[in-house]
Amino acid sequence: MSFKTSLHAATAVTLVMAGGAFAETLTIATVNNGDMIRMQGLTDDFTAKTGHEVEWVTLEENVLRQRVTTDIAAKGGSFDIMTIGMYETPIWAKNGWLVSLDDLPAEYDADDILPAMRGGLSYDGTMYAAPFYGESSMIMYRTDLMEKAGLEMPASPTWDFVADAARKMTDKDNEIYGICLRGKAGWGENMAFLTATSNAFGARWFDESWTAQFDQPAWKETLNFYINLMNDAGPPGASGNGFNENLSLFQQGKCGMWIDATVAASFVTNPKDSTVADKVGFALAPNNGLGKNSNWLWAWALAIPAGTQKEAAAKEFIQWATSKEYIELVAANEGWANVPPGARTSLYENPNYKDIPFAKMTLESILSADPNNPTVDPVPYVGVQFAAIPEFAGIASQVGQEFSAALAGQQSVDEALAKAQALTVDEMEAAGY
Amino acid sequence: MARAVTQRRKIINTAVAWSIGLLIFFPILWTILTSFKTEAQAISDPPVFLAFDWTLENYSVVMERSNYMRFLWNSVIIAGGSTILGIIVAVPAAWSMAFVPSARTKDILLWMLSTKMLPAVGVLYPIYLIFIKLGILDTRTGLVIVLMLMNLPIIVWMLYTYFREIPGEILEAARMDGASLKEEILYVLTPMAVPGIASTLLLNFILAWNEAFWTLNLTAAKAAPLTAFIASYSSPEGLFYAKLSAASTMAIAPILVLGWFSQKQLVSGLTFGAVK
Repeated sequence: MSFKTSLHAATAVTLVMAGGAFAETLTIATVNNGDMIRMQGLTDDFTAKTGHEVEWVTLEENVLRQRVTTDIAAKGGSFDIMTIGMYETPIWAKNGWLVSLDDLPAEYDADDILPAMRGGLSYDGTMYAAPFYGESSMIMYRTDLMEKAGLEMPASPTWDFVADAARKMTDKDNEIYGICLRGKAGWGENMAFLTATSNAFGARWFDESWTAQFDQPAWKETLNFYINLMNDAGPPGASGNGFNENLSLFQQGKCGMWIDATVAASFVTNPKDSTVADKVGFALAPNNGLGKNSNWLWAWALAIPAGTQKEAAAKEFIQWATSKEYIELVAANEGWANVPPGARTSLYENPNYKDIPFAKMTLESILSADPNNPTVDPVPYVGVQFAAIPEFAGIASQVGQEFSAALAGQQSVDEALAKAQALTVDEMEAAGY
Repeated sequence: MARAVTQRRKIINTAVAWSIGLLIFFPILWTILTSFKTEAQAISDPPVFLAFDWTLENYSVVMERSNYMRFLWNSVIIAGGSTILGIIVAVPAAWSMAFVPSARTKDILLWMLSTKMLPAVGVLYPIYLIFIKLGILDTRTGLVIVLMLMNLPIIVWMLYTYFREIPGEILEAARMDGASLKEEILYVLTPMAVPGIASTLLLNFILAWNEAFWTLNLTAAKAAPLTAFIASYSSPEGLFYAKLSAASTMAIAPILVLGWFSQKQLVSGLTFGAVK
């Protein structure tokens, strides 16, 4: 064997071994929604670029939350990347469960991430999860019904305007209801909506010394307003309605207005599924003149559990999936309407994206939510539609049941608030606050 | 006249039985029908029953997105393995309780059943930690063990009930003829209890196939069975009911067919000893 041949053979062996040593198989836990499914379909691009394979574990949101929480708390190591939200990120980062993402290379351009998203996914100024897509909430309304009611939707309406419009649009004989809002119990269901709404009414979960505030007038005003409005202009059985139920009602032309996640805009304007696709307008979530709108802020983000053996490969994946190039890849394959929204500033500067009807309102909604300053009066917690403390999910689930029961007419607003106050005080005392 | 009344009653009974049967089967039928609809037809109000444009698109999307055969194979191994292992452990246990009971046998039987009253989530974390220590997280072996343990009280109870119907004298005669304990259980008791063992086997296979708490919480990518396959199509933010129905139909089809063909054995086993 000549020296040259030997050299070639040695180089080939080295390359194969190097490839074998660095090519990893990543296990990624994620949720089942359109953007995540699209990403799964494009994984081949990541494999082609890096050599790493990906195995997906797709679960329903609540199952995923339980699954990844158990795994990370027990240091199970089942996943190399987890899809988590703004609620989990600061709590898990504080516990030392996540790998910092502050060392991503300059070409990743972390400064391009929308400040509200980066802030919500950071702890002590360090980013621990990269936003794959972000969302807020906004009003989606029927332009034809609004016109029929003789009204014009302002870009930033008040709750009084929305309530008046909802009552005027309602035509119960023809099964048209002026407003569809979440009523199904759950911390991510009715409590996400009601907590964000209460911010506009001047309410808050806790004062600065962590005392529960459900016995204050602002919460009573919030709940009375919501229940009266739903009784007058909401669909029957609203206490069982969550995102999907309201989406179904809106798509079938039964809602005049729907205040919910900005991600719904692409569903209600899709003529394949929606009967009212060409009659939908968008506006900011309502305010009450106190300087806060009733919109929330959320991001599905990718994070790496501390202790994974594949940290470098996991970072490569996060860099790929949350990059500007990925957005362009989706646009090239599926069109600009299907790119993951709400994560990067550059997307909203892109002339191709500016033509999407709901793009501007989505961005304005995201920008108007401030997780570090969510309420009229000061609070000790971070989060617009939640308080980022470990106890919140459990407490809010119980409070959500009381409020849902009040909407169903099973108890009065006063009774629901008294129970909410008592259980929150008990839980917070037990937790040592 | 009396004959006419009997005939009428027969017709009424048949009609009532069919109505109840259809009522029970309706959710499955509706799932199957929905799987052939578009997403818009799946949520239409009023709902469409048969008059819609039938499509196989949902099945094609599901097949493209998921590795169905891997989930199916995991389900077969996990459900089959846990059931067979459960029978191997439960037959000697039920034999001793049925034929050589002690003063505490009934207490033990009740205690075994009481473990089914504990909410599974209450022991999730300890079992998760044990699985990590043993290195069996996200493995079929781990799930076979945990599902066997979960279903063991039911298996023991069912076998105990069947064994009690078998006269002890037959076993005694086998012993007098020189049969060892192993031979007594294997060659005398087991053949006589075949209908009971078969129905226990079938019922526990179905229970293990449908088990969704442990199979979702103790698996990730490698050992996930069909319950995880269904869960991957459920979404609280997006109406994907037609695709979810297609995934559900594909997941329940094997067990539905198995149940259909073995219903005679299942019913005869479950009613074994019910009427004397």
